[in-house]
Amino acid sequence: MTDAVTVTPGAENAATVRADEAAGLNPVAAVVMTLADVAVAFDGRTAVRDVTFDVHAGEVTSLIGPSGSGKTTLLRALNRMHDTVRTAAVTGTVRLGDLDVYAPSTDPTLLRSRVGMVFQRPNPFPTMSIYENAVAGLKFNGIRKKALLDEAAESALVAAALWDSVKDRMSAHASTLSGGEQQRLCIARALAVEPEVLLMDEPTSALDPIATKRIEELVVELKDRVTIIIVTHNMQQAMRVSDRCAFLLMGEDKAGELIEYGPTAQLFSEPTDPRTLDYVNGRFG
Amino acid sequence: MRRPGRFRLPDSGYRAVLAVAAAVLAALAVWFLIAIVVQAKPAFSTLGFSWIFGRVWDPSHGKYGLLPFILGTLEVTAVAVVLAVPIGLGTALALAYLVPRRIRSSLSTTVELLAAVPSVVYGLWGLVVLAPVFRDTVEPFLTSVLGWTGLFDGPSQGVGLLLAGVILFVMILPTMVAISRDVLAVVPNEQVEGAMALGATRWQVLYKVVVPGARTGLLGAFTLATGRALGETVAVALVIGNSPYIAHSIKSPAATIPSLIVNNFGESTGTELAVLFAAGLVLLVIGIAVNSVARWLVWSTAGSSAGATSR
Amino acid sequence: MTTLLDLPGDPTLERRRAVQEAAASSLRRRKLGSAVALGVCWVFLGIAIVPLVGVVAYVVAKGLPAWSVDFFTKSTVPEGIPGGGVWNAIVGTAVITTVAIVVTVPFGLLVGLFLAESDGRVAASLRFTADVMTGVPSITVGIFGYIAIVRNFGNSGFAGAFAIGFIMLPVIVRAGETAFRGVPTSLNEAALALGARKVTIARKVVVPTALPGVITGVLLAVARGLGETAPLLLTIGGNQYLQWNPTKQMEALPTFIYSSSSQPYADQVQLAWGAALLLMVVVLVLSIGSRLFAARLRKERR
Repeated sequence: MTDAVTVTPGAENAATVRADEAAGLNPVAAVVMTLADVAVAFDGRTAVRDVTFDVHAGEVTSLIGPSGSGKTTLLRALNRMHDTVRTAAVTGTVRLGDLDVYAPSTDPTLLRSRVGMVFQRPNPFPTMSIYENAVAGLKFNGIRKKALLDEAAESALVAAALWDSVKDRMSAHASTLSGGEQQRLCIARALAVEPEVLLMDEPTSALDPIATKRIEELVVELKDRVTIIIVTHNMQQAMRVSDRCAFLLMGEDKAGELIEYGPTAQLFSEPTDPRTLDYVNGRFG
Repeated sequence: MRRPGRFRLPDSGYRAVLAVAAAVLAALAVWFLIAIVVQAKPAFSTLGFSWIFGRVWDPSHGKYGLLPFILGTLEVTAVAVVLAVPIGLGTALALAYLVPRRIRSSLSTTVELLAAVPSVVYGLWGLVVLAPVFRDTVEPFLTSVLGWTGLFDGPSQGVGLLLAGVILFVMILPTMVAISRDVLAVVPNEQVEGAMALGATRWQVLYKVVVPGARTGLLGAFTLATGRALGETVAVALVIGNSPYIAHSIKSPAATIPSLIVNNFGESTGTELAVLFAAGLVLLVIGIAVNSVARWLVWSTAGSSAGATSR
Repeated sequence: MTTLLDLPGDPTLERRRAVQEAAASSLRRRKLGSAVALGVCWVFLGIAIVPLVGVVAYVVAKGLPAWSVDFFTKSTVPEGIPGGGVWNAIVGTAVITTVAIVVTVPFGLLVGLFLAESDGRVAASLRFTADVMTGVPSITVGIFGYIAIVRNFGNSGFAGAFAIGFIMLPVIVRAGETAFRGVPTSLNEAALALGARKVTIARKVVVPTALPGVITGVLLAVARGLGETAPLLLTIGGNQYLQWNPTKQMEALPTFIYSSSSQPYADQVQLAWGAALLLMVVVLVLSIGSRLFAARLRKERR
């Protein structure tokens, strides 16, 4: 097993270094994940293409764009969730540290223990208790030591700001929690496996404003622990939580493509592409 | 809409017609129960109740022990269910999740259609085709491999408990698979993806998430299949050997309550006929007992995961 | 920005290392376990399909040679004498089933309509009754038919139709209820708002809209009733001569198969295979037909 993170300079040229510094980001933060020319096609029809950017450790990277721009499709390519769809084809290169995600020798289950995922709608396992939900990923990965399970469950539930409200009813069913709590349990469930990257697919789209706010706060708090890539259709949310931002747009061939990628502050204040400007000003989408 | 001169039922009349139909159905059900109880009563008034657990069936000497038939019914059902539960579940999982999408629905439809094949056809096939194979190949083989368990003592005859159980298994399998497949397939995809995203293997996804998520429906399928096995008459009567003794081995010929009734009905009069009616009543009670246990199981597991599906 | 990832001794990092080590070292075992378990599922699928296909294939192979003009036109001859057909059994099954349908379908649908329009205790207990009736062993239904009809009037096609109808009834009731309930409340209310009376609504709105479900349910009930053997064994008496009159003793296909299959005469067993094939084909045609019909009507509605 390679070390969790390979430290490579994330910003090669002076211009991006200046941009990073201007945005208050560390220009030499470790790169956890790199995407190069990534494209996803279903049944020969391209859904998203030409995606190239680096994901920096300890940051929140958001994927924004109107619906149909391939944000979720791209996100699901990063932990090989398209594997189950026979007609799906992912091309280009995705690297997690030293690991080539799509190399034949890479095991998808092992990859997914390093790249966690939180979904649009809270999906705790309804037949399991809160505790069982929290340790489900660890058990899937062959961990049986009770001490480690307990420690990881507590740490993850604390990190997901759920510990205080559930510590006295760990054996209660997950369905007894509110929608927002269920989503935080799902975050805890993903965190317990201690992934290096956490993918979040519009995690607040099914939640009310108050629960949404708590999840957003959580995302910001969590970035010291895990690198986060979050898909959102809400630009305010992207501004509030993310350090860097990738803007995708559906091209004329109905395939999403990466229009612009950079520090969030810069992307929203002075984007280089006019289409980005149109989007952040709410002219379409 | 209104055509003058035509007879028109007033609203109250419409309700009344429906209510009468409903009342007739209820009356029919009550009549069914009362008719059997009344006709079975002479058996209890002349023989008491101990004959139900008697071990000897010898009507010519006034011995009406029902135990061999009760045991036979339960044993045959047990053989069928023990085979049908794992094989039915595995088949349903394969049909719902493993078989390529293109042939999934046609294969499932085929299995569902087989549930409609009349049981007497299975019985005929079991008697003519399977019995010789069991006598010459399957039973000697099982005896040589598992003889040490004592379950396979005695001669290999083909007809008997084992063959009847296997025929029942083949017969209830389509029902079991069709319902199980449906309830497994409706487990939300987000549950499957949730497990996958945590690094679960395909089997872990199925066994730890999909099967528990469908357990209420699976219990229902199991109950229905068990009920069909308990009450099946002709398929069993053709292949069980119809011997009124308690089976000492799984290969032994035996008899079930339905096979007892159907084989003796024509020649019986008086007390013996009443005993056959009473045997039918005992079968009903066993069926209700099994059903109640299953309902209770469904209720107790469903209760603990009520409203569990995430919004 | 420094991240905690760089600090040694961080509990998160240590746990990450422990988890990744455990996941990697157990990977072979987990993948093997998964492959074996999925393999077992495939094997079970095979085990399930082989006998089921085997039954159908065998019945076709043995039954088809039995089909001849005589098979469909002549009645059964006494045991041991070669020749003869199953015309008497075909007629018996047709008459018995027709009588059962004519009585059960309207009655069952009325009850289904009642259940669809009622909630509360009475409806719930009636629904429960119908469910219990579905699960009653068919042999006890035969006993009921014997007690209710045969005891007073002797063996007859009517007694058989009574027993078969009793078995079909709850299926039709529940299928009818489900179909009628599927009629959108909005349609119902729209009709009410137009001033239609309930009986008109039932005739013009509820019944036509529910028709696909009703027909599917009825066909499935008929398919089930056709194959029932045990109740007939106790009620129709059997008859080797052609008999159209349901007040008399009759033969039927399932009972013919049952009584012939244990005969020592090859000709008789041959006829039983032919009858089994006929019964199976009719039942399968009804089942497939009900599906196709329901699918087609649903499509037209759209």
